[in-house]
Amino acid sequence: MDVQTLTFIFVGVSFTLYIGIAIWSRAGNTDDFYVAGGGVPPLANGMATAADWMSAASFISMAGIISFVGRDGSVYLMGWTGGYVLLALLIAPYLRKFGKYTVPDFIGDRYYSNIARLVAILCVLFVSFTYVAGQMRGVGIVFSRFLEVEITTGVLIGMAIVFFYAVLGGMKGITYTQVAQFCVLIFAFLVPAIFISMMMTGNPVPQLGFGSTLADGSNTHLLHKLDQLSVELGFGAYTAGKKSTIDMFFITAALMVGTAGLPHVIVRFFTVPKVRDARISAGYALLFIAILYTTAPAVASFARVNLINTVNNANYKTTPSWFKNWENTNLIAWVDKNQDGNIQYLAGKAFIGSPQFIEERGAEGERKISNSLTESRNELYIDRDIMVLANPEIANLPNWVIALVAAGGLAAALSTAAGLLLVISTSISHDLLKKIIFKDITDKQELFFARAAAALAIIIAGYFGIHPPGFVAQVVAFAFGLAASSFFPVILMGIFSKRMNKEGAISGMLIGLFFTASYIIYFKFINPSANSAENWWFGISPEGIGTLGMFLNFIVSSLVSRITAPPPGEIQDMVDDIRIPQGAGASYHHLKS
Amino acid sequence: MSDSHNLRAKTYWKENIRIVLSLLTIWFLVSFGMAILFVNILDNFHFFGFKFGFWMAQQGSIFCFVILIFIYVYKMNQLDHKYGVDEDQDHFSPDNTYYKNEESKK
Repeated sequence: MDVQTLTFIFVGVSFTLYIGIAIWSRAGNTDDFYVAGGGVPPLANGMATAADWMSAASFISMAGIISFVGRDGSVYLMGWTGGYVLLALLIAPYLRKFGKYTVPDFIGDRYYSNIARLVAILCVLFVSFTYVAGQMRGVGIVFSRFLEVEITTGVLIGMAIVFFYAVLGGMKGITYTQVAQFCVLIFAFLVPAIFISMMMTGNPVPQLGFGSTLADGSNTHLLHKLDQLSVELGFGAYTAGKKSTIDMFFITAALMVGTAGLPHVIVRFFTVPKVRDARISAGYALLFIAILYTTAPAVASFARVNLINTVNNANYKTTPSWFKNWENTNLIAWVDKNQDGNIQYLAGKAFIGSPQFIEERGAEGERKISNSLTESRNELYIDRDIMVLANPEIANLPNWVIALVAAGGLAAALSTAAGLLLVISTSISHDLLKKIIFKDITDKQELFFARAAAALAIIIAGYFGIHPPGFVAQVVAFAFGLAASSFFPVILMGIFSKRMNKEGAISGMLIGLFFTASYIIYFKFINPSANSAENWWFGISPEGIGTLGMFLNFIVSSLVSRITAPPPGEIQDMVDDIRIPQGAGASYHHLKS
Repeated sequence: MSDSHNLRAKTYWKENIRIVLSLLTIWFLVSFGMAILFVNILDNFHFFGFKFGFWMAQQGSIFCFVILIFIYVYKMNQLDHKYGVDEDQDHFSPDNTYYKNEESKK
């Protein structure tokens, strides 16, 4: 069977499964809708958290980025896993004991202030919308490449599916769908990795194959070979770093702390029955995430070696069909600068900006572009995002593996999108409407608002998926930077410092946000040409500035809280209470009423 | 709340902080220490075909993170039990019913 038919079957079967689960586990009240009734077993919650966390960025983009930047890509590997240690040790158990629905709930109650709640709601909405736009885009790319429909149609299909199970099922539907999506995505990521590892090194475990010798009889280590190839073509050794140590340090810290402060991840720990379950499910979640995250760097290096071997100095006319397919999706472009009909792939940009294709074809049949060319001898443009999706084709794997990867990419994007949409709808219906604007609505009305808000959020997210604002890639730094500089310090001190009060928390959040946002906006939007190491403060890039924002938040809030009145007695009692696991079930059912 | 109860809660919290801080120290050393600050020094050593610093940055640190959380879970369950604050003592908790239901399904 051809790839397209197989993809239709795989995607169709997985979508049917998701819808079936949604019908089986639909939500009956707000409790089900927000936190799945607080009755999710820890292992299932671990899988759901892993699927929630691993987005289109983890599945599709991350290995691609590592493939192109080598060791520097470790910031994502460590940043997006190390944050779970912070989450498990410092946040999840205590917020589970607190026992309410959302992060703004905690901030609003702990700091006895609706202003704090409102600042938190705005941050939640900003962070979640930023993130969800990228997911819908991912859905569009997979559909357009593998099912050859327009990106718009792809996004619409994705919207319809998410609409169905997020609006109907709420957190309960999403949780059990995410368990299924985790299985699909991890299987889809591992199968090609194992195949390729076998082919290249003879070792079926990618984590080991990555450090083994090549199976081509040369007896050289894969990474050694990759270093050699990279240096020859001018990219610099793959296993050496190019970023400065301070920047690596700050970016990793911002991603870790940001991870621990992301509302759609934190809220997953509200769904388990006990504090002990919250701790262990963080462990399961990281274990499941680590399966993909330790495979990704192996995939990155395999893909890199294969790519260089396949395209460098290859004749355009005889390139395999994947090359032309991706060229037709605008994600590969080739300019024959020296007119020899062969592809020269070297370090440096082949032309300025992303490819602007024109109708005309070149002498070899390649698609021509209108960009102005650079001095570099490099002739090839490859979008990093295609590495994982194209990897099975580059390695000549059977068609069903290619179809499986498409279904996996969709599972990753949809599961994350659903989790985010739920957080958005909860912060509107619960935090904003129920807690601030219409305090006396009934549970039924609140549930209706939650569903309406989810539906509206899907439409907005879909719009951004079809018309992606040029800034989507840039704002990812924003999402983590803001979570790191606003939520994390405030939540942490809310648990670990009894002296921290309303004044301290609000001023800390605002300073952290303002500082981080201005730094990122300046370098990304106002003056992008100045965005280089010599202009950065202490050599910290906008991606890593959230760490500095977090320190500022800690300093300012501590100082302000010292010179203002301590929090009232009942708040201090509440802090005492969340520090002790006993009574989590009771506090949950007591407080929510 | 009685004074003895308060005192117990205080020492429980102190021990909790000690566990968390010691695990976070390891967390910092394996990631920021070995994989960022001293990565180039560690790259002089080889480990199963990898440069050791590179391996820590792309594999080793992640394995350590997973192990750290499971150690934390084990230590905290022990501590909760020692101080009698574990949730098995919530007689009235609705969670017990939940678990019973789960078991009867099997």
